[in-house]
Amino acid sequence: MMFVPGNNPGMMADAHIYGPDSIMLDLEDSVTMAEKDAARLLVHNALKSIDYGTTEMVVRINPLNTPYGKKDVEAVVKAGVDVIRMPKTETADEVRELEAEILKVEEEIGAVGRTHIMAAIESALGIVNAYAIATASKRMMGIALGAEDYSANLKTNRTPGGAELLLAREQIVVAARAAGIACFDTVYSNLDDMETFRKEVELIKTLGFDGKSIINPRQIEVVNEVFTPTEKEINKARAVVAAIKEAQAKGSGVIAVNGKMVDRPVVLRAERTIALAVAAGVISEEEAL
Amino acid sequence: MVTISPGEGLQINLQSSVEAQFGRQIRALIAETLEGLGIKDAHVDAIDKGALDCTIRARVTAAAVRATGKDVWKD
Amino acid sequence: MRNSKVVSLEEAIRRSGLKDGQTISFHHHFRGGDKVVNMVVDKLAQMGFKDLKLAASSLSDVHKPLIEHIKNGVITGISTSGLRGELADAISHGLLPEPVVFRSHGGRGSAIAKGELKIDVAFLGASSADELGNATGHGEKSVCGSLGYALPDARYASHVVVLTDDLVEYPNMPQSISAADVESVVVVESVGDSSKISSGAIRDSKNPRDILLAKQAAKVIINSGYFKDGFSIQTGTGGASLAAVKYIREEMIARGIKASFALGGITAHMVKLHEEGLIGKLIDVQSFDKVAAESIHNDPLHQEVSAVEYASGEHLGSATHALDIVILSALEVDTQFNVNVLVGSDGIIRGAIGGHQDTAADSALSIIVCPLLRGRIPCVVPKVLQLSARLILFLSGTRLLA
Repeated sequence: MMFVPGNNPGMMADAHIYGPDSIMLDLEDSVTMAEKDAARLLVHNALKSIDYGTTEMVVRINPLNTPYGKKDVEAVVKAGVDVIRMPKTETADEVRELEAEILKVEEEIGAVGRTHIMAAIESALGIVNAYAIATASKRMMGIALGAEDYSANLKTNRTPGGAELLLAREQIVVAARAAGIACFDTVYSNLDDMETFRKEVELIKTLGFDGKSIINPRQIEVVNEVFTPTEKEINKARAVVAAIKEAQAKGSGVIAVNGKMVDRPVVLRAERTIALAVAAGVISEEEAL
Repeated sequence: MVTISPGEGLQINLQSSVEAQFGRQIRALIAETLEGLGIKDAHVDAIDKGALDCTIRARVTAAAVRATGKDVWKD
Repeated sequence: MRNSKVVSLEEAIRRSGLKDGQTISFHHHFRGGDKVVNMVVDKLAQMGFKDLKLAASSLSDVHKPLIEHIKNGVITGISTSGLRGELADAISHGLLPEPVVFRSHGGRGSAIAKGELKIDVAFLGASSADELGNATGHGEKSVCGSLGYALPDARYASHVVVLTDDLVEYPNMPQSISAADVESVVVVESVGDSSKISSGAIRDSKNPRDILLAKQAAKVIINSGYFKDGFSIQTGTGGASLAAVKYIREEMIARGIKASFALGGITAHMVKLHEEGLIGKLIDVQSFDKVAAESIHNDPLHQEVSAVEYASGEHLGSATHALDIVILSALEVDTQFNVNVLVGSDGIIRGAIGGHQDTAADSALSIIVCPLLRGRIPCVVPKVLQLSARLILFLSGTRLLA
């Protein structure tokens, strides 16, 4: 998910050509108070005019308790945004409040249920309430960590190893999995240190995250490299899936690959590996069958 | 950058780096955007450096909202 | 020395027998740092010359003083491969009484060789020269590397004046311009600021759009069928084509492929690949930065080439005939595969054709890299404003919903 300032028309016009899975146009932190109205109109018109293809379009709105939040909702829902990202989410009630705002606009334009919600969790209270937030709305498609505000709230600093974020990251993955939705990690803002960035992406992949937030197209390649399964992983996954099919055909409940018993988690992991490989374009959908 | 002040009829003062190729199109777009907001009398100063239509439409709308105090999302 | 050719600029002009209405020529190896054109034309104006035709290999921002000389009738005709900045703007608005003739680098070389472009007096800046006129692009005060664009002028002009800021002991060798072709040598304070050679069009890009274009171009090349041991390549100076070299290099190493030569304007990127053993030889018509200019001086496998032998379409021996792959940039491309690299969407001249059409016509694979949109200006159009070359391929960009 690539962050793009909502007051930068040039970047908004170009963002998708680098191939991020999703683009988050930002109306919140990257836009000054004096520019909130202009940025809202820029984002609205960009969403209506630019062909972003299959890229998932997300807009980060201002909190509903500011003078901008409700107008942001109206502007982006009318423009047909895929996902509204709510910043600094702390309780399930806030999610339900946003849901009501979205519904109001959707009813007005006759497009009920079109808009999804992503909640960014950026405080200790939000982390404590992660599962409640994740399950607060049917529209909730994923939760994400906002590390800058979170670490400030914890009264600590961000470090390259990310020890201060460990609980938050794990809590978000667990809450998302329990709720059956996606989870996304925070941004890494030093563009000149690709090595540390890569280590962070490897870490969050191990923790179970579905994706990483990025601030520059140059970071896309690293994320894709880390998340794309290797040929070896794909071949192993295929062997597992083939063995299941064979076992099913024989009516056998026991599955073995290379003489080793395969249990259900292994099968699920193999299926996920193949789904990821298809998503990354390493193998085609036919090859996955 | 677009600023709008009171005027009689619609006067559009456009400075554009793509004047030769797109000047007429941009003026028409500004007029159409203002008309859509119900504005028929205005003096518009616009400095353009080759922005896309969607950007110009947004800039004109924002200037109109600021000039009239009437918010487009309230209509 | 008994037969020294060293004289003052004024004396050199007097001895050349230059008359009103005749053609004078210059090279542009110092690019934005050139001091020779302005210095010589100022002197010619001071001496009362009128109606001169200026034949330069290229002109840039730094040559805006020519505007006054055109207004005063000193210069009444220009031929060049490029025009930029205020001079280009003024000429686009009708400053010059007759149209500018744009020739590609190879086209200029061949026109000079054939006598189609007849040069009466060539004023050629050199980083060093001896008293007889043996001259090179390597000196104490300045280093410009190859003098490839000046070589046809030196060989075919009726009269040749070498200007230098580093007069060295005879013999200055190996030389680029031979004393046999030189009538006068003029010592000046400075022929050019070589630190400004790599400014202007050439930059190392961190721009993600350039990087994306570079990756796409590299992908095309790697899968083109021409990417095999012994291939040859030339790149333009746009950010994307320079960045493409980086990705091609990685693949060359991965597959164990080596190129036989790189051609044209040579940059530090190409020198690096050559020094790593990935490119056998460098054929250099113009050294685009200090690294390239030093390399041509020190490395026997990095050789200077004249504009004729580089890219003349009419000489069988020119290097472009042997070229496999070229990467070029463009202002606009049309649906008939015509390319414009010279005229902006507003009809103003803002660029240089350089070796664009020479290499595009002669190479086996010509790749044009440009975005679909620059701001609101489309780069792919039904018909280009001005035709530079006919060709292949554009890549990547923003589309609008209908």
